[in-house]
Amino acid sequence: MSVRTIWRKSVNLVMLSLTGACAAITVAFLFFILGYLIYHGGKDLSWNFFTKLPTPVGEAGGGMANAIVGSAKLLLLASLIGVPIGFFGGVYLAEFGGRTFSFLVRYTTDLLNGVPSIVIGIFAYTVIVLPMHQFSTLAGGFALGVMMIPIAVRSTEEFLHAVPTSLREAAMALGASKWKTVATVVVPAAIRGIITGIMLDLARVAGETAPLLFTAFSNRFWSPGWRQPTASLPVMIYNYAISPYQDWHRQAWAAGLVLLGLVLVANIGARLILSRKTMLQRT
Amino acid sequence: MATPASVVERAAPPSAPRALLRRLRHGDEIAHLLTLIFASSIILITSVIVYELWINSHLTRLKFGWHFFFTSTWDPVFEQFGALPFIYGTLVTSAVALFIAVPLGIGAAIFLAELAPPKLSDSIAFVIDLLAAVPSVIYGLLGIFVLVPVMRTTIEPALKKTLGFLPLFQGPMYGVGFLTAGVVLAVMIVPFIISVSREVLLAVPGDQREAALALGATRWEATWKVVVPFAKTGIMGSIFLALARALGETMAVTMVIGNDPKISASLFAPGYTIASVIANEFSEATADVYLHALVELGLVLFLLTFILNGLARLLILATTQRGSVHA
Amino acid sequence: MKKTLLVALLLLFVGSLHAQSGQVLLNAAGATFPYPIYSKWFDEYHKLHPNIQINYASVGSGAGIRQVLAGTVDFGASDGPMSDEQLAQAKMKILHFPTVLGAAVPSYNIPGVNAELNFTPQALAGIYLGTITKWNDPAITSANPGVNLPGNDILVVHRSDGSGTTYIWTDYLSKVSDAWKNKVGRNTSVNWPTGLGGKGNEGVTGLIQQTPNSIGYVELIYALQNHLPYGKVKNAAGTFVKADLAGVSAAAAGAAKDMPADFRVSITNAPGKTAYPISSFTWLLIPTQIQDATKREVIKGFLHWMMTDGQNFAEGLSYARLPRPVVEKETKAISLIQ
Repeated sequence: MSVRTIWRKSVNLVMLSLTGACAAITVAFLFFILGYLIYHGGKDLSWNFFTKLPTPVGEAGGGMANAIVGSAKLLLLASLIGVPIGFFGGVYLAEFGGRTFSFLVRYTTDLLNGVPSIVIGIFAYTVIVLPMHQFSTLAGGFALGVMMIPIAVRSTEEFLHAVPTSLREAAMALGASKWKTVATVVVPAAIRGIITGIMLDLARVAGETAPLLFTAFSNRFWSPGWRQPTASLPVMIYNYAISPYQDWHRQAWAAGLVLLGLVLVANIGARLILSRKTMLQRT
Repeated sequence: MATPASVVERAAPPSAPRALLRRLRHGDEIAHLLTLIFASSIILITSVIVYELWINSHLTRLKFGWHFFFTSTWDPVFEQFGALPFIYGTLVTSAVALFIAVPLGIGAAIFLAELAPPKLSDSIAFVIDLLAAVPSVIYGLLGIFVLVPVMRTTIEPALKKTLGFLPLFQGPMYGVGFLTAGVVLAVMIVPFIISVSREVLLAVPGDQREAALALGATRWEATWKVVVPFAKTGIMGSIFLALARALGETMAVTMVIGNDPKISASLFAPGYTIASVIANEFSEATADVYLHALVELGLVLFLLTFILNGLARLLILATTQRGSVHA
Repeated sequence: MKKTLLVALLLLFVGSLHAQSGQVLLNAAGATFPYPIYSKWFDEYHKLHPNIQINYASVGSGAGIRQVLAGTVDFGASDGPMSDEQLAQAKMKILHFPTVLGAAVPSYNIPGVNAELNFTPQALAGIYLGTITKWNDPAITSANPGVNLPGNDILVVHRSDGSGTTYIWTDYLSKVSDAWKNKVGRNTSVNWPTGLGGKGNEGVTGLIQQTPNSIGYVELIYALQNHLPYGKVKNAAGTFVKADLAGVSAAAAGAAKDMPADFRVSITNAPGKTAYPISSFTWLLIPTQIQDATKREVIKGFLHWMMTDGQNFAEGLSYARLPRPVVEKETKAISLIQ
């Protein structure tokens, strides 16, 4: 074996091990994040955390009950905006669209997807907060809803395309009109994928903080209805993390754990649903 | 699309309103219209966003013109606004992030696409997708309490000792600053590089690899000298995608960058990015000019990410299509 | 699928119903300087009047001024009085109501140094101008004989957001340093020559806590609650004074007698042997015309309470009470709110 071959073989070994190390490091990041949050956040997940309102500055014992409910309301509102537009937009692109208009729609959807979240916050502020003269759950939900649209469109279109043409043709052969085919055959066939896409979308906007900073703002109390500012988990984490109070830091860790937990459960759940779906198709 | 029903209709021409009612009852037109309306709303929303950004920045656009991009004063008292420190901060933190994330990401992608058995590859890819799902504010939380002390007490002094002759690693070590923000960004964007590069590498036709191996190349040589160059444009695309993500990242960066609108040669120094200054100062810009300056920054950011995302898409599309054509 | 839809609709319905009748909700935003006492006040007031909820967001005086001008909050709060230009921008007259007196203190975190440091005005100006860069600079050591200050770089911390505390600090520096006045000036947001930015008094305190060799300016209660050392400052009479209730009240003594009708006054660098030189009033910014009658009455009621029972909470949180003459003037001013 020549020197050159030995060299090439060693380079081969070293470089391939390095790539393995890269993958291991990246995987380690996730476990580190999760582990750290479980360790620090788990300590402070108490009944207080889930049921109490924040206490005055410097006093211990407060909780994030209003932030949890606030986030839930924001997500509900976001899905009311993001899901219909995303779903029907995706249906249009997959089933009804003409060539040029579809291209335009896809192009703008991509454009919208690339808008930084803080810019969406500016948009919601100028379009909703200013005319209403009020920070509100409505503004925050609107901002999050707009952020949901591109991914909802894309995943709906993708899963509708994946439905085999034979199903469509069969329905038409039986005399169904276009909309009936779509509504009763194509969409139900793709529904699992569409729902998981929306779940993932929701998980993504659940963690968004920047658009809420000047739309939903914050609230120390319960936020009734939709026209008042509201606390939300991500914004509370941000405010508490940059503060000097140890008690607030502990609550930030706990909230971080709750948020990450929800996001991860949604992602893992979505993946499981999808893989079961493909298993069914194979049989 | 000639369904039997519509064919029958065309054969017997009824009066116009009757025909319309018949077609409406079939529902196709309504369905088309309904979905069209929703699809158009997307175009409407996006146009309004661009419009609002444009209109609400006109004061500074008129007052400063192109100078806005080359001035580095950010003075709300004397109403002098220049975007340079923020553009600098955004670019520097992204550059640091790419410097770390690109080798790491491509390395991991190569491992997943070439070496790992399919099941392992899929599971690791799944874990990495989870990493991409972690919210920004949680990265910020860990950044403040874990990374900043480590940077300040261990990493930055070590860099100063070894590479301190470079202006990059001089000056006081706060712990927060360009370097720390860059590191946090790197962890946040590496999943994007990995997942797209992995797909692109997997799309490279097998005969390319086999040809190289047949000629006696080692596994690494085949990968590095044949497969990766073949997927080059797609990998570039993934880098652009990651860069676009990094540019717009707000919360994690705001929490560790130090919030100082200064241009500094040292990576240890505190800085500011476009997204961070908007997040910090938007709700309190007391003068209209101030607010317009912030919105103009938002417009700049939007244009940058738009161009990068567009390029990324083109590049990725080009590679994956090329691969499938040959296969 | 249908079930989840039903549940979602139900939640939507319940969410909208959440607004109980008879509940009055007020939104306010502004200064972080008095946030500890404001949050205590609004909490106590809510306990006294369970149907009244005053939601105060601690986002900085700059944001408080902006939001009250834009009309997105019912009232604001600031420790930097609104300028004439800002008042002119308002659609209606905005009144300043002093609430308490507080002090901005130079707080620091120097490893190994637990002593109370003395700061001269020149030292503080120099540190913030970036001309004094090390802890063992003669300007600092000369005022602190016997303290072993290290040769480390001073890491300066200031505010990143629009801040009344910044206004107070820069107002003081402008009075004691011509270099500062000409180069930087006084405002809620300035072009800082050097340093890190923290968000809110909270953020600055957090940065000082976590960054060795740092110095920053925060309201007294933040330093106390978080056990951060803070230094004495040399006042106009030449004495080194540590911020406390007596020092702050002494600074306000002169202004109390000559309080202008709009209550906008600066008491930094006040004369008097015991006066603490970086003291200030902090104000609530109340619009004179409030259309909603219920909200108007609630605000007026709160102001009355704030000036009487509310003041009893001030000292417990290390804020000084309003001087009697000021309270009397303010009580008369409440009638201006229509």
